[in-house]
Amino acid sequence: MDLLDLARIQFATTSVYHFFFVPITMGLALLVAVLHTRWFRRGTPELRRVTRFFGGLMLISISVGVVTGLVQEFQFGLNWSQYSRFVGDVFGAPLAMEGLAAFFLESTFLGLWLFGWGVLSRRVHLVTAWMIPLGAGLSALFIIAANSWMQNPRGYTINSGRAELTSIGDVFTNPVFIWGYLHVLLVALIFGGAMLLTVSAWHLRRRSNPTEFAATAKLGLVALLIGTVMQFHVGGQLGINETTYQPMKIAAAEANWTTCQPCSFSMLQIGGWSADDPPTKIIEIPHLLSLLATGTWNGEVQGLTPLNEQYQQRFGPGEYVPDVFIQYWSMRVMAYLATLVALFGLWGIWLWWRRKLATARVFLWVASWIMITPFLMSTAGWFLTESGRQPWIVQGLMLTRDGLSGSGSASQIVVSLGVVAVLYSTIGVIATILMLRHARAGLPDEPSTATAEADAGDPTPSLTY
Amino acid sequence: MLPTVWFVIVAFFWTGFFVLEGFDFGVGALHTIVGRTDIERRVAINTIGPVWDGNEVWLVVAAASMFAAFPNWYASFFSALYLPLWFLLAALILRGVSFEFRGKFAGPRWRATWSAALTVGSVLAPLLIGVGLGDLLAGLPVDGTGDFTGSLVDLLTPFGLLLGLTLLALCLLHGSAFLTMRATGPALHRARTLLRRLCLPTATLVLVVAVWLVVLAEPGGWVMVAAAVPAVAVVAAAVTGLSGRPAAATFGATTVTIGGLVALLFAGLYPTLLVSTTDPAYSLTVANSSASAYSLQVMTVVAVVLVPIVLGYQAWTYYVFRRRVSAGPAETTAAAA
Repeated sequence: MDLLDLARIQFATTSVYHFFFVPITMGLALLVAVLHTRWFRRGTPELRRVTRFFGGLMLISISVGVVTGLVQEFQFGLNWSQYSRFVGDVFGAPLAMEGLAAFFLESTFLGLWLFGWGVLSRRVHLVTAWMIPLGAGLSALFIIAANSWMQNPRGYTINSGRAELTSIGDVFTNPVFIWGYLHVLLVALIFGGAMLLTVSAWHLRRRSNPTEFAATAKLGLVALLIGTVMQFHVGGQLGINETTYQPMKIAAAEANWTTCQPCSFSMLQIGGWSADDPPTKIIEIPHLLSLLATGTWNGEVQGLTPLNEQYQQRFGPGEYVPDVFIQYWSMRVMAYLATLVALFGLWGIWLWWRRKLATARVFLWVASWIMITPFLMSTAGWFLTESGRQPWIVQGLMLTRDGLSGSGSASQIVVSLGVVAVLYSTIGVIATILMLRHARAGLPDEPSTATAEADAGDPTPSLTY
Repeated sequence: MLPTVWFVIVAFFWTGFFVLEGFDFGVGALHTIVGRTDIERRVAINTIGPVWDGNEVWLVVAAASMFAAFPNWYASFFSALYLPLWFLLAALILRGVSFEFRGKFAGPRWRATWSAALTVGSVLAPLLIGVGLGDLLAGLPVDGTGDFTGSLVDLLTPFGLLLGLTLLALCLLHGSAFLTMRATGPALHRARTLLRRLCLPTATLVLVVAVWLVVLAEPGGWVMVAAAVPAVAVVAAAVTGLSGRPAAATFGATTVTIGGLVALLFAGLYPTLLVSTTDPAYSLTVANSSASAYSLQVMTVVAVVLVPIVLGYQAWTYYVFRRRVSAGPAETTAAAA
């Protein structure tokens, strides 16, 4: 395994891991703010307990998301210094904006919200609850803008060997960014919804606080279903974007070696992962690939082999086809699971309409495991989009192997990978245990005096940690 | 012009980081010393509970603004300090999760484990960052492309090590001064004792570093003036700390000291960003490492709009949580949120 592989493994591991906690935080922060608003409007002690209960899950997720986010901020310089020198003029700006506009907001108001019970007035406390999802949502905006520039660079010029920003507006109106950001927002909604639904279903099966958990199950179900159904439209747009800006990525995702028109969609195939490996197609749907890739019934989709030849003419000799097996299966894991989740959501809506949601044993059993699916879908999604850009680190401008640190050595990456492996798995296991334990413990008991003193004259902070 | 403005902004973020996170590093490092029982330790931890996370963002913004405004600086510096920065990240990760994890189980071994993580993380972080920042001025073997050519030993420059040690000592002093303003009960008394004991060693370290820094820096009268700020402030901190004046006076003095020392480092560095010991011609400077004029203009607009807002709501947070933290009877039984 060479330096490039090690550095890529490190970046992929830390990013995928970080992104387990990011969408949970974004989604839960939004739904906790909704719950907090419900409590603000109705003022019942039960709603306060519900808000604090799901807020507790959010806090565990944030604590891991924040610290692993530090790694993300540093590692462009650590392992990818030539990349950083090349793109810093364009790529650094959204990162710095992310810190100033989003991280400060999220972190500062998180402290205010967490320690604000009984200290802030009810109205101000509600505002702090909404600042957390706002900050989290803004942070995703800037980082997806930066990532989209790597997928489809625009608003730049090449000057003295580096990319220089010429239009910040172009960076934020990149179609890859706009649809990519919507995609991530919906991912957050799916994660948050699934979390509410999973936890609520677990409690409904045990008949603990059925009134409260039926309400949160419905909120979670709505978020999950809206997120998943809208994702089909956004995902479709992303496919069409890829056809325009990164044709190699979509061709690889379909294991489509030769140009076709109209193109059928391969539901399931064996082989076909390289040009001289003819696939055995087991299920095909006519015209569907044309529809997904171009939005038209008979659209043309370029094949990997002709695209590779075009790239060789433009960029010189080399292999420009990403790993087709990873592309093909990550796309299918994501799309097939999303279909199942959407059907599951419709099943839930039907039960809700029949007034059986809170008592349907089979549905609640499935629902209590549904939280697994967003992790699989989002990980597959990142493989699809990042592995699909290979061998480029910035599409068409810089190859991944040219972005490595000039001073890098395999031995120091091995050491840091070891640190990451031990640290991340320990923290991941602990965070999972703590979240499960918190979720199973159910609604917290309220100190009898705490609710009354919300607007008291001389509030003192309580021992929260 | 704009590259210099951004050098000042980067220096401002690093200064703000140490002024703010400095005391919560100190509280984290000292919480098992000022607190013997679990409740006393929790009093110490909760004095920084609402603010530590927002303080840490200053580090993120300092790094990101280096990336945006001086890509070569970010790239060379971060790749050169590869392993120390990974240990820093590990320290910050352990420290960061310890706040949330520590209270989740009541078992004494669990609490002791995460208290240890908080302590070790809070000690290592300022030490490692101090060594790294000191290396900027002490110089590293960097070649013509900006790549580090040395080994781990080259990163341990004598000046860097001393700066790291001094910043650690200052964080401890700053943290104990903060505790004298916010803590109550036995933790408060022990913080006062600690503050008195830390005064003289810290003042000595600061004065030595300030002199060494002036010697290392590019000759210029204004570095002498800048060096006077932390030097005078640390003496003031020692005087107020030892004489038992109101806590706020000492905290004010430690704030000026730690902020002044970090600002002095950057003043001594300017217009260089990273000294190359291989050949002075390879040194990274404000002129040869900055981002393009347009990119800096965009960033300037963003910073001018957002930094005052951030300062405003962070200041408000400190106002909201201005009262002392105490362990009332309700807290001894209340579960963490």
